[in-house]
Amino acid sequence: MPVTIGIVYDQIRWEEKAIIDAAKKGNIKTNLIDAKTNFFRLDVNGAKKGLGDVLLQRCVSYFRNIHLTALFENQGYEVVNPFSVAEVCGNKLLTTLALEKAEIPTPKTVVAFTPEAALKSLDEIGYPAMLKPVVGSWGRLIVPLKDSETALAVLEEREYMFPLYHVYYIQEMVKRPPRDIRVFVVGGEVVAGIYRYSFGGDIRTNIARGGKAEVCRINSELEEVGLRAAEAVGGGVLGIDMMETKEGLVVHEVNHTVEFQATTAVTGVNIPKYIVGYLIRKARK
Amino acid sequence: MKTKCPECDADVEAPDDVIVGEVVSCSDCGLELEVVSVDNGRLEVKPVQIAGEDWGE
Repeated sequence: MPVTIGIVYDQIRWEEKAIIDAAKKGNIKTNLIDAKTNFFRLDVNGAKKGLGDVLLQRCVSYFRNIHLTALFENQGYEVVNPFSVAEVCGNKLLTTLALEKAEIPTPKTVVAFTPEAALKSLDEIGYPAMLKPVVGSWGRLIVPLKDSETALAVLEEREYMFPLYHVYYIQEMVKRPPRDIRVFVVGGEVVAGIYRYSFGGDIRTNIARGGKAEVCRINSELEEVGLRAAEAVGGGVLGIDMMETKEGLVVHEVNHTVEFQATTAVTGVNIPKYIVGYLIRKARK
Repeated sequence: MKTKCPECDADVEAPDDVIVGEVVSCSDCGLELEVVSVDNGRLEVKPVQIAGEDWGE
C-alpha cells in the first residue's frame, strides 16, 4: 500500500528538505502543509482529509508546533511526535519530572515562583547555578548565576518579562567538560551521537549558538541512557542531551523537533532515512 | 535557478528542485531568504522571518 507522509512546517530548512529528499528516494509521497499560509478548522467535521497516512510535525515555532499537533491528533491523524511527547519535551520542568519518575540521572533542579523564593533556593542549590526558561530553545535566556548579586539582578529583570519567565527553573551547574552529548533516537533505536562544544566563551553548546559538533561513538552506556530517556518522555524522533560527570551521564534535555544538519555532516549517518523509515512503519501500523 | 537578493542585489542561486517554503541564503550578504514562488523557472524570495521567541529545538 503506498504511503503518504504529511509534513507540517513553517520553514523548509536543510532538515525538512533532507527528509523530503529521503522520502522521494524511497518513492514515498510527501504532502507539505504550511502552518503559516493555511488556517485550520477545529471541529472534527472540518478536518482536512487526506493530508497523509502519518504527519511529521516540523514547525520551528514551538507554539505552532504543539497547537497544530493537538488539532491534527483530534482529527484522527497520527502525528510524529505526538502531542503528549511534545508537551513534555517542550517544557523543561515537565521533562525533568518525566526523567525523575523514570529514575534517569538528571541535574538537581528546583522551581520557585518569586525572586525571593528563587534566592532562597539558590542557597540550597549553591552558586554558580543555571537559570533556564521552562519553555525556550536554542539556549535563549539561559543564564549562569554566579553569585547572589547577579541572581538578584537577573531575577528582578525577569519580573518585567512575560509571566512564563517568572517560573524560575534553577539547576545546579554540573561539572562537565566544555561539551555535552546529543544522542539521536528514532523509534527505539539510537542512530547517531555528537559531542557539542561551546564556542567563543559561551557556556551554551547549542549548534544554533555557534557550538561545534564532533562525532561521538555510541557505547552501551550512551545507548542505554538515550533509550531510557526517550522512553521516559513517550518515544519517537528525539534528541537526548546529556552531560558527562564523574558519577556518569546525566540527561538535561530531550528535544522533540530535532535539528540534525551538523550531525549528518560529522557522523555521515543518514538520519532523514531513519526518520522516513519510522514514519512508514507508523503509517502502516 | 537564480534570483536577485532583495538586500544586496547579488545573484542568489537555488537548486533546480527548490520548493516553495525552502530557505536559501545569499552567498554575498548572507541574508536568509524564503522561497515564495517557483513559476516556470522564475523564483520569488523574501527575507526569512526573524527568529521568534519560541523558535528552535
